[in-house]
Amino acid sequence: MTARISEKRPWTFYVLGTLFGVYLLFLYGPMFVIYVLSFQGPNGGVTFPMVGTSVVWFKEVFQPGQMADIPVSFSRSIALATVVSCLTVIISVAAGLGFRRRFPGSAVLFYLAVASLVMPSLLVGFGIGLGFQFLGWQPSLFTSALGAQLTWTLPFGLFAMFAVVNRFNRAWEEAATDLGASPWQRLRYVTIPILLPGIIGVAMGAFTLSYDEYARTTLTIGPKNTLPLEIYALISSATSPTLFAIGTLTTGVSFLAIFIALLLVLRMQRRRALIKAA
Amino acid sequence: MAGGDAVKGMSDGASAAGVKCLVTRRRSTRMPPWLVSWFQVGPLALILTVLFALPTTLFLVVSFYDYDRVGIYPAFLLDNYRELLTTPATWRVYVSSLRFALIVWAITLFLGFNVAYFLIFHIRNSITRTIFFLLCAIPFWTSGIIRTIAWIPFLGRNGAFNQMLMALGVTSHPLDFLLFSDFAVIVTYVHLFTLLMIGPIANSLSKIDPALLEAARDAGASRWHTMTNVVIPLSKTGITLGSILVFTQVMGDYFVVRQMSGGQSASIVSMLSTEIQAMQYPPASANAMVLVIFVAILVGVMMKVVDVRKELVK
Repeated sequence: MTARISEKRPWTFYVLGTLFGVYLLFLYGPMFVIYVLSFQGPNGGVTFPMVGTSVVWFKEVFQPGQMADIPVSFSRSIALATVVSCLTVIISVAAGLGFRRRFPGSAVLFYLAVASLVMPSLLVGFGIGLGFQFLGWQPSLFTSALGAQLTWTLPFGLFAMFAVVNRFNRAWEEAATDLGASPWQRLRYVTIPILLPGIIGVAMGAFTLSYDEYARTTLTIGPKNTLPLEIYALISSATSPTLFAIGTLTTGVSFLAIFIALLLVLRMQRRRALIKAA
Repeated sequence: MAGGDAVKGMSDGASAAGVKCLVTRRRSTRMPPWLVSWFQVGPLALILTVLFALPTTLFLVVSFYDYDRVGIYPAFLLDNYRELLTTPATWRVYVSSLRFALIVWAITLFLGFNVAYFLIFHIRNSITRTIFFLLCAIPFWTSGIIRTIAWIPFLGRNGAFNQMLMALGVTSHPLDFLLFSDFAVIVTYVHLFTLLMIGPIANSLSKIDPALLEAARDAGASRWHTMTNVVIPLSKTGITLGSILVFTQVMGDYFVVRQMSGGQSASIVSMLSTEIQAMQYPPASANAMVLVIFVAILVGVMMKVVDVRKELVK
């Protein structure tokens, strides 16, 4: 390993590195436009040129406006995303463990999950909305919208768990059993701690998917909007830099959250290294 | 290295034997393993059945219904399908969506594969790698809608990109084709969906033992040969999964075409949503069924080429 590090980098490293840099520029280019334009002056619009600078649009975000109530829809989105994320973790981790054995119907369930993942999003919402209409139920945040989002986050969680579980050596579980652990102890003290980084990944992924979900939710949400739906309503009515302020805030909060998560992971790794060393 | 592998192989063999003996030991007192699996996958199966399979069946049924301005009526009519498939607009939209999907697929595959390869094989420090991955992922926490419309001030007549080009002296007057065009749609799709390619491919690549690449090099393979004969075959599961995701996302797009093409193109789903808003559920359902079948065939072909299930579920 040490020999390889001192080795000279091949030319492909520089080519691919440049490509990666260009990709990041491409990824962040329009984002930077958002960040800049969110400080647009009070008389400015959603495009260049800038007419002065201000934080008016950030204030707007936190005020319930006439067109949209961003704080309330934001808290709805967070609540829904949290529930979706928890359910996705529990259900897809269990299913990921279940899929380690062949069982009757495993192929059917696998392809059902694939189908649910690739189904055009709006159609899922359409189907569920139609179902609620037939049953005479009122669609709402924690019934139809939650269900519609699960049809997207669960297959995602399952596929992520496949990747996680594939790297899991079952010998560890057997060792636990041989040492007298009950199935529950085995799950609690062996399986879950080892799978934890993957599980956190599933939770974060599901949260993101739910928080940003538009097409599945729009026909199943009922009268109370989530944040993406509120944003969509804002776009179709009057465009203002408020949207960009939301984008800037989201990115800021994301960076903060990731920074904290990174610190936690680093601490976890260090603790593991200590345990290994001991 | 070889010694380590042999030990690993032995322990794998031993664990397989261990599983077998555990299974036989428990059969008398505990429930059979397949039943345990059923309990574990039960919630998933239930939710997917109730919230996905049933609603899909429902609009399959409704697609044969009759309708007028007031409501929908149970019937078995093929009119909805006949009308849909004989309208030239339908075919135009499908062709245009498929063209977008192919172009976007090619670009995201190229970008996604190379970025994933760079991150997995060229970045040796795992923390740097994690940070780079996060840099790729962070924009995805901002609403896709906002990320889409962010291209408007970027690509517009007075936008950042035109300003930059003019400052660099590349062009003397702002380029108009950048925004509200097919170009804008493709750029936005690539921006939104490349991560869907990077994720699965990076996952596949990370399972490749770097020693294999060294072995290929030692055996005299050129970079290109190592790529085509070792790396690409071993990452085909990730490539397929990423391709499926990108294809279906583009085919199911609702927002981007509507917002970025400036009315020059339509997407299948935005056509469908117009029907839904007009409460014309039976034709909307027929439209939905055709799209579902189309996507199913596409995905089926891709999964036929690479048996994703065999690779994922060991």
